[in-house]
Amino acid sequence: MSHAPTETSAIFGRLSLQSFPIHEPILIVTFAVVVLLGTGILAAVTKYRLWGWLWREWFTSVDHKKIGIMYLILGIIMLLRGFADAIMMRLQQALAFGGSEGYLDAHHYDQVFSAHGTIMIFFVAIPLVAGIINYVLPLQIGARDVAFPFLNNLSFWMTAAGALLVMMSLFIGEFTRAGWLNYVPVSNLQNAPDTGPDYYLWALQIAGIGTTLSGINMVVTVIKMRAPGMTMMKLPIFVWTAFCSNILVTAIFPVLTAAFAMLMLDRYAGFNFFTNDLGGNPMMYWNLVWIWGHPEVYVLILPAFGIYSEITSTFTGKRLFGYSSMVYATVVITILSWLVWLHHFFTMGSGASVNSFFGIATMVISIPTGAKIFNWLFTMYRGRIRYELPMMWVVAFMLTFTVGGMTGVLLAVPPADFVLHNSLFLVAHFHNVIIGGVIFGLFAGIDYWWPKAFGFKLDRFWGKIHFWGWVVGYWVAWTPMYVVGLMGTTRRTRYFEDPELQIWFVIAAIGVAIIAVGIAAFLIQIFVSIRNREQLRDTTGDPWNARTLEWSTSSPPPPYNFAQTPVVHDLDAWYDMKAQHAERPVSGFRPIHMPKNTGTGVILSALALVLGFAMVWYIWWLAIVAAVGLLAVGIGHTFNYDRDYHIPAEEVTALEDTRTRLLAQPAGATA
Amino acid sequence: MTDHPRGDATRPSFYLVEEDGHDHGDDHAGGGTIVGFWIYLMSDALIFATLFATYGVMSTSYAGGPTPREIFELPLVALNTAILLVSSITYGFAMIAMQEGRLNAVRLWLVVTALLGIGFVGVELFEFATLAHEGAVPQRSGFLSAFFTLVGTHGLHVTAGIVWIGVMLVQLAQRGLVAENQRRLMCLSMFWHFLDVIWIGVFTFVYLLGVVR
Repeated sequence: MSHAPTETSAIFGRLSLQSFPIHEPILIVTFAVVVLLGTGILAAVTKYRLWGWLWREWFTSVDHKKIGIMYLILGIIMLLRGFADAIMMRLQQALAFGGSEGYLDAHHYDQVFSAHGTIMIFFVAIPLVAGIINYVLPLQIGARDVAFPFLNNLSFWMTAAGALLVMMSLFIGEFTRAGWLNYVPVSNLQNAPDTGPDYYLWALQIAGIGTTLSGINMVVTVIKMRAPGMTMMKLPIFVWTAFCSNILVTAIFPVLTAAFAMLMLDRYAGFNFFTNDLGGNPMMYWNLVWIWGHPEVYVLILPAFGIYSEITSTFTGKRLFGYSSMVYATVVITILSWLVWLHHFFTMGSGASVNSFFGIATMVISIPTGAKIFNWLFTMYRGRIRYELPMMWVVAFMLTFTVGGMTGVLLAVPPADFVLHNSLFLVAHFHNVIIGGVIFGLFAGIDYWWPKAFGFKLDRFWGKIHFWGWVVGYWVAWTPMYVVGLMGTTRRTRYFEDPELQIWFVIAAIGVAIIAVGIAAFLIQIFVSIRNREQLRDTTGDPWNARTLEWSTSSPPPPYNFAQTPVVHDLDAWYDMKAQHAERPVSGFRPIHMPKNTGTGVILSALALVLGFAMVWYIWWLAIVAAVGLLAVGIGHTFNYDRDYHIPAEEVTALEDTRTRLLAQPAGATA
Repeated sequence: MTDHPRGDATRPSFYLVEEDGHDHGDDHAGGGTIVGFWIYLMSDALIFATLFATYGVMSTSYAGGPTPREIFELPLVALNTAILLVSSITYGFAMIAMQEGRLNAVRLWLVVTALLGIGFVGVELFEFATLAHEGAVPQRSGFLSAFFTLVGTHGLHVTAGIVWIGVMLVQLAQRGLVAENQRRLMCLSMFWHFLDVIWIGVFTFVYLLGVVR
């Protein structure tokens, strides 16, 4: 069953011909498709001589806008991979009843559900959230970049290296079978001597460094780089939520790093942290990963709340209702999120008092969250609501997420949790809040800020199909899971005895097909919009008649974002500027101080990837080479003191003159 | 700030005009780095917090193996504590010299600090070797796994600090006390004192508490 060879050669480590799944038809076909697509893309890039351009303008860029777009591309690619896993699971569970065993054996099914969860959280949700924060946050606070532009580039490439390592596990060796948090004791060396948990650990340690650095970067950016006049209580609400989200990141990722490091020591050096004997304590691992894991939910959902807030305010044409209560609710959620981790394992046996504390703390979170829902409703109340695509997502979110919130409160009751623990009811709950909350929010954000990033709107027709595919598909796929979960069906199960359950899984499979239509429509929407970009063009930089600073500059913004730093007098700074007819400066530009591009981030991440791969396969010499290389390049980078340059005043003037001409045109392209 | 707002007195100004040589570059590089390094140290403190918590949970998981009272050599650890505390003072002298612009004094105190750091790591390695010789290896029990990881992680940090001092010595030789190097010495200073604080936790929580238990 397991392909892990016990012998370790000096040159190839544990890697041998058996490590390649040449007898797995599904993987062979997938591999062929990947190779074909990959070769096609590489050939195209070579043919059109784009390598130099990609390297200079994108890979080595320290511009937060370009890094944000690269994060989004990574997230969307990984979404396709994670969704393919979802289709495989739904298909297996719809088929494997009665006499049929389905088409996946347990060994593969376990890898598929582990990979699905790992990828969807770490390499879809986190990069998409980081991408939108990267793009929007500096613009919203009137800054020219983030506090540490080089670290920002490094963060992205570290995340990409982690994603690549997970993808490699598909074709070389295998991935973990221990669930998306790589639970012990399943992932202990004695139970999983193969490469699976090692791929998981190295991929997430590498990506985790990127996420932690990005968190520090964004926190400092908000503290130090706000435009003059923008006090904390004049921060756009998205910046507040992103700020709290990144405070959470810097506070929780170290715990995950330490927990994973301990499991690595267990697996590589025979330590006894989480083993079943010699004083090891497996539940310690569960505690540590969930001390990370629960706040992580809020790392993702808080920025989504911020996105919904911005959109609601813009498309109702009103100031956000209850701004300060929204800020307090965000901060309260941030703090409470640290006090609830134990609700993920009420069944551990920590006793009635401990369980009661965590149960009540969990229920209390619904109060600030509920306050937010009412704030959005009151913002919409008596507003002139424009049902553009982003606003449609907001309404779908409020209807869907509220149900997920209520089932969450239900699960927070410890006696109820003892019944529902590890059931599909729980799985339905967290998909309800993550799809209905985070994913809808990210799509809303992409529809909303796309015109800012590219200068043209996204196609509405395909956007609507995208929207309805996801919303209808979500409900068709997950309502049956609530039902069978309440009946007691367990999660992570590959085969069911009771044929009466089959119909629910067939319905769920239909739901996932509807979501597939939504995802296809999303890709078509992007393609069609790029093709029709001239009809969809916006030259004003403010296509939605919005309220915050990012809309005051051109679309796409110039490399320096703002030729002259805006001065803020009001919460809705851009709305205020429009209302007071603030004159955009058209002359008197100065040279602008900007950070230089650097390839160090790419090189460091490539070395980290090599180190991870070498460690997974016990190729010690290569690991040593990569580690020494990491140190040398890292230290070498500190000897470069020449890190910034000035954009000459003439160049700024030329760019700004172009915008002046565009603004003077009759407003034809705007809606 | 030498920036002045545009516009007349009757209407609020909405844009800043920056003067040459006083643009945003300077203030976002300097202050931001110190704040950012503080936040990094806090996240590092959380790694140690996690290791302390794990040690707390596993501090009696002896699995029939050696106990703290049997293996800890308190006088040796007390000596090591003294070495590390003195190294913080010598780093402080380096910072005072930096403020006074005395490059050679900075370098001298950095060398002294690094030597004390090397002494600390050396004693720690000697302690680890002695323990291993007595059969108290991290693989033996949950307690020893947690002990070696907590103390070893601190030791690795000190080693990183020593390497960093080495790099700074080269960069000081190349460029002297330029603004970037002063900023880096400030960050290294925070790092070095931070490790001292962590060590006081280790000495109290692991060694002293272990021996009285």
